[in-house]
Amino acid sequence: MKPLLFILLLMPFLVIVEQAMAEQNIATLRSAEIAVEPEAPRLGNEENKDIKRKRNYPMQPPTIPHKTANYRIDLNSNKCLACHSRRQVDESQAPMVSVTHYMDRDGNFLAEVSPRRYFCNQCHVPQGDVKPLVENTFQDVDAILDNKNKK
Amino acid sequence: MLNKIKELWGTISSPSRYYSFGILIIAGFVAGVIFWGGFNTVLEATNTETFCISCHEMNDNVYQELKSTIHYTNRSGVRATCPDCHVPHDWTDKIARKMQASKEVWGKIFKTISTREKFLAKRKELAQHEWDRFKANDSLECRNCHDFEYMDFTRQGKRAEAAHSTGLAQGKKTCIDCHKGIAHELPDMAGVEGWQ
Repeated sequence: MKPLLFILLLMPFLVIVEQAMAEQNIATLRSAEIAVEPEAPRLGNEENKDIKRKRNYPMQPPTIPHKTANYRIDLNSNKCLACHSRRQVDESQAPMVSVTHYMDRDGNFLAEVSPRRYFCNQCHVPQGDVKPLVENTFQDVDAILDNKNKK
Repeated sequence: MLNKIKELWGTISSPSRYYSFGILIIAGFVAGVIFWGGFNTVLEATNTETFCISCHEMNDNVYQELKSTIHYTNRSGVRATCPDCHVPHDWTDKIARKMQASKEVWGKIFKTISTREKFLAKRKELAQHEWDRFKANDSLECRNCHDFEYMDFTRQGKRAEAAHSTGLAQGKKTCIDCHKGIAHELPDMAGVEGWQ
C-alpha cells in the first residue's frame, strides 16, 4: 500500500517537472513541436574545390574535397576505389587510400582493401559550405600547447 | 509444288491484263504509304518508355533504379527515356538494334529474367552487352545529347576537366569507360577494367 501512496503524493510534482521540460523546448535542433513535421531544410551543395583541408588531429580521416553525390558503395561496386585504390592511382592521380586500409585488424597486409574499411563514407565525408547548427569549441593540439606555454 | 511456284512466277513476270499502268502505279504508291507508315508507327510505338516498361522485367528492375538518377529527375526537367540511351537514333542502326531485340522477345517468352533473382544472376552479362555496344559505337547515344564539341571545360570540376581534356579529347577513351552505372545499379564489378 505504501509505494502506491508515495506515487500518488508525487503526482503533482511530476506534472510540474513535465511542464518545465516542455517550456525549455528540449528538442533544440528541431524547430517545430514534436508532433509537427517541419519543412525539410534545403539541400546544400557539396564543396567541390579539390583542395585538401587541414586535419584537426593526425589520426583524423581526411574529409573529401569533392562531390560524391551518386557515388555508389555496395556489395557490387565501390566508386571511390575506382580512383583511390592502389591499382587505379596511376591513371587517376588521386591519393591512394592509406596503407592501414589494406591491413586486417591484426596488422596483416592484404591484397585488397580490408572489408572493415570498404565503406569509405563511414569515416570520410564531403563538406558543405553551411552555417554550423551548433557552436564548435574544438581546439587543435597546437592551440592547446600554445595556451599552456603562455601560462 | 514446283508447278505451283512456276505458275506464280508466270503471273508475277507477265504484264498486267486488266489493270491500267496508272492504277498500278497509284495503287502501289498508296499501298506503299500504308505499309511504310504502318511499319514506322509500330517501330516508333516499340521505341517508347511505356512500351519498354510494359514488361515487368523492365518495370520492376531497371526502371525503378533509373528513377532516382539524374537522367530521370533533375532541376531542369530534361529527361532521357529508355530508347534515348538504348536504341540508336539513326535509322539503319536502329533497325539493326531492333533485329537484335528479337532475342529479347525470346527471353520474354522463355522467362530468362522473369524473377529478380534470375535478373541479378544475369545482370553482369546483360550489362556487358551494353558496355560493349557503347564502346563499339563510341558512346553514340550519350553523345546525342552530351556533345564533346560544346563542352565548356571551365564550367566543369577540376577532375572532370582533367579527364575530359585528355583521354576523351584524344579519343583514347569514350564516355562509357568511366561513366558506368550512372542510370542503373551495377553488377558485381570484380574484374571489370577500371574498377577496384
